[in-house]
Amino acid sequence: MDNIAIELRGIDKSFGPVHANKNINLKVRKGTIHGIIGENGAGKSTLMSILYGFYQADSGEIIVDGRPVTIRDPNAAIAAGIGMVHQHFMLVENFTVLENVMLGAEDSQILNKGIAKARVELRRLEKEYALEVNPDALIEELPVGLQQRVEILKALYRKADILILDEPTGVLTPAEADHLFRILEQLKDQGKTIILITHKLREIMAITDEVSVMRRGEMVATRTTSETSVEELAELMVGRRVLLRVQKGEGTPGDVKLSVQGLTVKDSRGVTMVDNVSFDVRAGEIVGIAGVAGNGQSELLEAIAGIRKATTGTVLLNGKSVDVTGHRDPAELRARGLAHVPEDRHHVGLVLKFEESENAILGYHHDSSYSNGVFLNIDAIRKDAEEKIAKYDIRPPNARLKTANFSGGNQQKIVLAREMERGPDVLIIGQPTRGVDVGAIEFIHKRIIEMRDQGKAVLLVSVELDEIRALSDRILVMFAGRVVGERSPDATEGELGLLMAGVEGRKEAAE
Amino acid sequence: MSTPYAKLPGWVEYGLVPLINLAVAFVVAGLVVLLVGENPFEAAYHLINGAFGRGEYIGFTLYYATTFIFTGLAVAVAFHCGLFNIGGEGQAYVGGIGVALACLWLDQTMPWYVVFPLAIIGSAFFGALWAFLPGWLQAKRGSHIVITTIMFNFIASSLMVYLLTRVLKPLGSMAPQTRTFAEGGQLPKLDWLLSIFGLNIGTAPFNISFLLALAAAFAVWVLIWRTKLGYEMRTMGHSPSAARYAGIRESRITVIAMMISGGLAGMMALNPIMGEQFRMQLDFVQGAGFVGIAVALMGRSHPGGIIPAAILFGVLYQGGAEIAFEMPSISRDMIVIIQGLVILFAGALENMFRPAITRAFAMQGRRAAAVAQTKGA
Repeated sequence: MDNIAIELRGIDKSFGPVHANKNINLKVRKGTIHGIIGENGAGKSTLMSILYGFYQADSGEIIVDGRPVTIRDPNAAIAAGIGMVHQHFMLVENFTVLENVMLGAEDSQILNKGIAKARVELRRLEKEYALEVNPDALIEELPVGLQQRVEILKALYRKADILILDEPTGVLTPAEADHLFRILEQLKDQGKTIILITHKLREIMAITDEVSVMRRGEMVATRTTSETSVEELAELMVGRRVLLRVQKGEGTPGDVKLSVQGLTVKDSRGVTMVDNVSFDVRAGEIVGIAGVAGNGQSELLEAIAGIRKATTGTVLLNGKSVDVTGHRDPAELRARGLAHVPEDRHHVGLVLKFEESENAILGYHHDSSYSNGVFLNIDAIRKDAEEKIAKYDIRPPNARLKTANFSGGNQQKIVLAREMERGPDVLIIGQPTRGVDVGAIEFIHKRIIEMRDQGKAVLLVSVELDEIRALSDRILVMFAGRVVGERSPDATEGELGLLMAGVEGRKEAAE
Repeated sequence: MSTPYAKLPGWVEYGLVPLINLAVAFVVAGLVVLLVGENPFEAAYHLINGAFGRGEYIGFTLYYATTFIFTGLAVAVAFHCGLFNIGGEGQAYVGGIGVALACLWLDQTMPWYVVFPLAIIGSAFFGALWAFLPGWLQAKRGSHIVITTIMFNFIASSLMVYLLTRVLKPLGSMAPQTRTFAEGGQLPKLDWLLSIFGLNIGTAPFNISFLLALAAAFAVWVLIWRTKLGYEMRTMGHSPSAARYAGIRESRITVIAMMISGGLAGMMALNPIMGEQFRMQLDFVQGAGFVGIAVALMGRSHPGGIIPAAILFGVLYQGGAEIAFEMPSISRDMIVIIQGLVILFAGALENMFRPAITRAFAMQGRRAAAVAQTKGA
């Protein structure tokens, strides 16, 4: 068949006993945008890594343009006309756009001639695909949306006809994402074939022509996008119907439990990350902080949790002042009723090499039920962990298993069980469902709402706008370290998106 | 998905893999012996015979092992806290001051069982003191522990030369060492322990500090896996960011871990000073602090692994000396090469054979599953 750009036949890949890809068959038609969707760990990235030559398949065939090809390394993939835009950009920060584009494709040892040639070629590509970017700008000075554009240019410069984009919108504002989609449409119109890997159903619906769903290493279905629905895809992804909307009653806000006044945080380079932020969180309400990643939300959470030093400002916990600018003590804050589910569970919330039960006491190990002055009470710790495993349906139900061997969703449940079961007054949660499968998301959302209904004050930070809107009673939007607006969860996505992009907010803040 | 190495059964992980690494190290060492024109099997015979052939040899092997258990534990404790303590050599050296002071003070008036506990405290105190400064500098000033502990080895060396040539040397003596201790400063040998197995200890200096080493190994196990302090140390070692999140005070734990590490290294001094020479000599540590790094690496920083690893290095020391004696063309340096190969294969190249073994086990598992399936059908 002529109109098939790339075909995979019977691709199989195992890592030791882990069977990451099972007999994958896939056909991508030329000149289309083909989505590949699946939960984390479904095997999407493995499959694309095989296609791009990072891994070798144990068996199976790759056919590009009707010819079987062997892709041993990324160079072979490039030679076959396959380009990849990685989730984490592979750019040299202190090189210019031009230098990055020609890196690895310099043609000769002497750079001068190559640079001149590359500049001409880059111009042509920019014109042809309307991908304007200053070739002499340093990468580190470009916003992420433009950095991504450079990644696309890199692939096009290497004459890629098939572009693979791995979770491309994770770091973009809604406006930037829209722009990216327009670029992809344009590339499609020029005859390029695009494979879009994502776990966001909405993007699939918005832009793809066809979509393939992966689940546990298998390709479970391929659909024409116009003939399917979000519900069907979600069901295919997890294998059962999931509740996309969270059931939530009206909140009954009570006293102010957490009060943040004029908080300013600077990072180690002296750059202001959080700029004079003030808000209250009351008992029995969920306050959501929306914003594109990197606009100060992480630093705000860390400063409140006592992990990061604030420059100025005050925080009141249960009406009593917390020393956020001087001596910080997360252990003391825990004792005063603050629980913290950190954004990064792999490096902060958990010690992956610990047994599950050891992580179930992290931060609470001073508690008299877990230890006396010197020794740990191992029996009590394990028993307590087993109770939490049962209550939070953590799988596999083994308190002695190494934490790294749990899936993302179950790891997150370990953290949540630890922080929620202590009955805190204030719960601050960062990215509660990042890298968590759909089934666990539902469970986690329910637990968070339960906490609110029990009269806890919940501060929620998430880059998933859907999540913020579904859970929050009030939404604060952060942009460039400042709270640029407060909205009710009924606000439209467009309205919030403009605030997140800093368009509306600047006006509002100025008023 | 992102972990290419699957979990292996315990006996493979802790038994088969180290054994294969060790076997390969010996094969390569054998090739080196062959290269200098000697018979590797003869060398292997002398190595094994020299280490185990007689009660006396075993006594020497275990005497060396005692020393390595202490220094190995020292490295392991710091390692669990994410600190690479290269300074065991210097800490052991300075720890000798504590032993010497206790002995010089009381050896003529008190029996060994009074002097010994004081010497233990003294050695641990001085060892800990020598580790305190690098630990404190790391915790408060961010000076890298590897750099500072290495420098402290040199400072220790100079300090001890000064002390042994000016302060602790008896008047009129020309040797840089303390006077020989009286009976109170001499530890009893473990001849009775060997005689249980029908072995004669001969002149080997195998003494009761071996039992102290075993007790220390047990204490370290309790510390690391059963105490709150150990839990905090391990949290820090695995993930400093998680430790900060948990409210663990990093600088405090860093200093304490280094002091425990230094104390263990210091206790090593008991073995040669009170157990063998009955005086403190210049350079009595003889590289044991560095061997401790290899022992800890090989023993996976677990006391249960450190003891056999320390005995293995005892074998290499004692048996190696025997090879050098019996086969003159193999010098002591050759023994060091063999030791180096063991460290290389057991430590640095630890993962060399692991993928193949993992694959073999995965295949076996799949075949077993397939067999079970056909049977089920």
